[in-house]
Amino acid sequence: MDHKTHRLAHRIEGRPAAPGIACAQLVRLLAAKSEARESRSKAGEQQALADAIEASRRDLAELADKVADDDAEAILAFQIALLEDENLVAPAVAMIADGEAAYRAWCAAIDPEIATYEQADDPYFRARATDLRDLRDRVLRRLSGEADQAVPGGVIVAAEDMPPSAFLATDWRDGGLVLRRGSPSSHVAILARSRGVPMIVGVDVDRLESGVDAVLDGDAGALIVDPDPALRAEYDRRIAELAEARQAASSFSGPALTASGEQVKVMINVTGLAELRDIDPSKVDGIGLMRTEFLFQAREKLPSENEQHQIYRRMAEWAAGKPVTIRTLDAGGDKPIAGLTQPGDLNPFLGVRGVRLSLKRPDVFRVQLRALARAAVIGNLKVMIPMVTVPEELERCRALFRDIVDELRGEGWEAAMPPLGMMVEVPAAAIAVEDFNADFYSIGSNDLIQYVMAASRDEPELADLARPSRAVFHLIAHVVEHANSCNREASLCGDLAGEPAQVAALLDQGLRVFSVAPGALAPVRAAIARYSGKA
Amino acid sequence: MNKIWASVLMRHEVGLHARPSVKLTKLAKAFESKIDLGLSPDGPWIDAKSIVKVMATKAPKDSTIYFRAEGKDAKAALDALVTLVNEDFPDGP
Repeated sequence: MDHKTHRLAHRIEGRPAAPGIACAQLVRLLAAKSEARESRSKAGEQQALADAIEASRRDLAELADKVADDDAEAILAFQIALLEDENLVAPAVAMIADGEAAYRAWCAAIDPEIATYEQADDPYFRARATDLRDLRDRVLRRLSGEADQAVPGGVIVAAEDMPPSAFLATDWRDGGLVLRRGSPSSHVAILARSRGVPMIVGVDVDRLESGVDAVLDGDAGALIVDPDPALRAEYDRRIAELAEARQAASSFSGPALTASGEQVKVMINVTGLAELRDIDPSKVDGIGLMRTEFLFQAREKLPSENEQHQIYRRMAEWAAGKPVTIRTLDAGGDKPIAGLTQPGDLNPFLGVRGVRLSLKRPDVFRVQLRALARAAVIGNLKVMIPMVTVPEELERCRALFRDIVDELRGEGWEAAMPPLGMMVEVPAAAIAVEDFNADFYSIGSNDLIQYVMAASRDEPELADLARPSRAVFHLIAHVVEHANSCNREASLCGDLAGEPAQVAALLDQGLRVFSVAPGALAPVRAAIARYSGKA
Repeated sequence: MNKIWASVLMRHEVGLHARPSVKLTKLAKAFESKIDLGLSPDGPWIDAKSIVKVMATKAPKDSTIYFRAEGKDAKAALDALVTLVNEDFPDGP
């Protein structure tokens, strides 16, 4: 550790998760450790806890000054109030007086509170357990002398893992992300690609130190620590080239055509309105996938009908007549939602997720369908249902949707029944796709691959297996053929569609509608333009 | 010193949840008096200045909240708390 200045550049291999290059300072985020030092006297431990609580309170107050949205502010105010409450701190103080170390006393005081919230029947109360855990860790970090880990902007962040909410709260300009866990198809990687943030996974982050200069190569899947000037200069050149290429790529217009002149639709995947600000609707064929999960995450209350309606409506207005395909809430799997998904699901990807959860929670589902039916009056809105496994699920959704349209009209609202399609991501649905009377089919390749290959997308050791095999392409071709035979649309909205190297193989299967992350529009269009028919 | 009582019906949509609890305890702390809160006129009583205790009541929508106060500013405290709950925890200045 004392030889920092003499250290040579070294290259750490990981796996690419989002392309791009970042040259910046490295910041290693630490999980709160409980093995803080405990060599102090009783008085010293008391003082350490009091200082850690006061420092945490100040940090939270500072954060509260900065945040602009209501929900975040309410959570911070709640955490501050907890730290100011003698009833929470007093048991810890008493335990320290009995000879306990500060960090253990603090955990012993707050853990039973966390457990109480976790066991609450009311989902709103249950969701507060996350806030208490976050508070516990914040104080523990202060106790162990770690500075607060608000992620600074414009750096390369190295961490064990990162929840999507933390990713969204960070300024990633010129920065990048290095994780040990997660995989190229994890949710954070999807976000990183859609926002153009270079990211790699599968890196032993314990060996990394904060403060060093580093280059993150998201194309090669490598992190270079302490690059020498020559290497650094080379990467600076590549960053400049990439910026130029992006500039050039954004100037495309007109429909995407193959080399033989056949037209292919290229739509975009989005998670909210923010991403649409920088995209010219005339340059895309619509929104092929709007993931609504992010409307539901990291919030105190589930979004209301009006709130959702506003967002769907503004998307339809943005698209100006082009299709806007909104997927109903796909919670569960790697996208838990506090107060809604079931905690402790043994195998969440095979558990109560997607439409399975929606049909079990009609209270939440109905709110979303009402908002969608009202928004369907304006523009070209389409609705698709995730994780459909048997035809009955789709039919139950259709019946519920019809009831809701009638109900809304009865209440005097304008409402319409939009085309109702399904995600094809469960092998059972792909194999027997002709049994499903969907208005359109959208292949979700991320889940389809992991279910067909029986390889988790989040298991770094299986990344080579969790790839599109001949079996996967076979199913894709089957779905496309069925859709063509009954004159319905089949699209593919998984990450596979955004990989230029896979475009030809997908076109070979007959696929003519792609939906990709906005960052992949130019490379995918270029790959389509190179295609001159089945090899 | 005499104890005084008050009660009010809480209509907040999600009950005595984080946001209303923070407002309620903050307001209670602005007074010197000892202030207790209960969900029945006979208690059990908890400290209305403690967010841990107030949240632990998990009072749902449409519960009646009882206050009990003792001290110099007890009357002003209960008036303010009843107003807060009655007006559905408006955003203060």
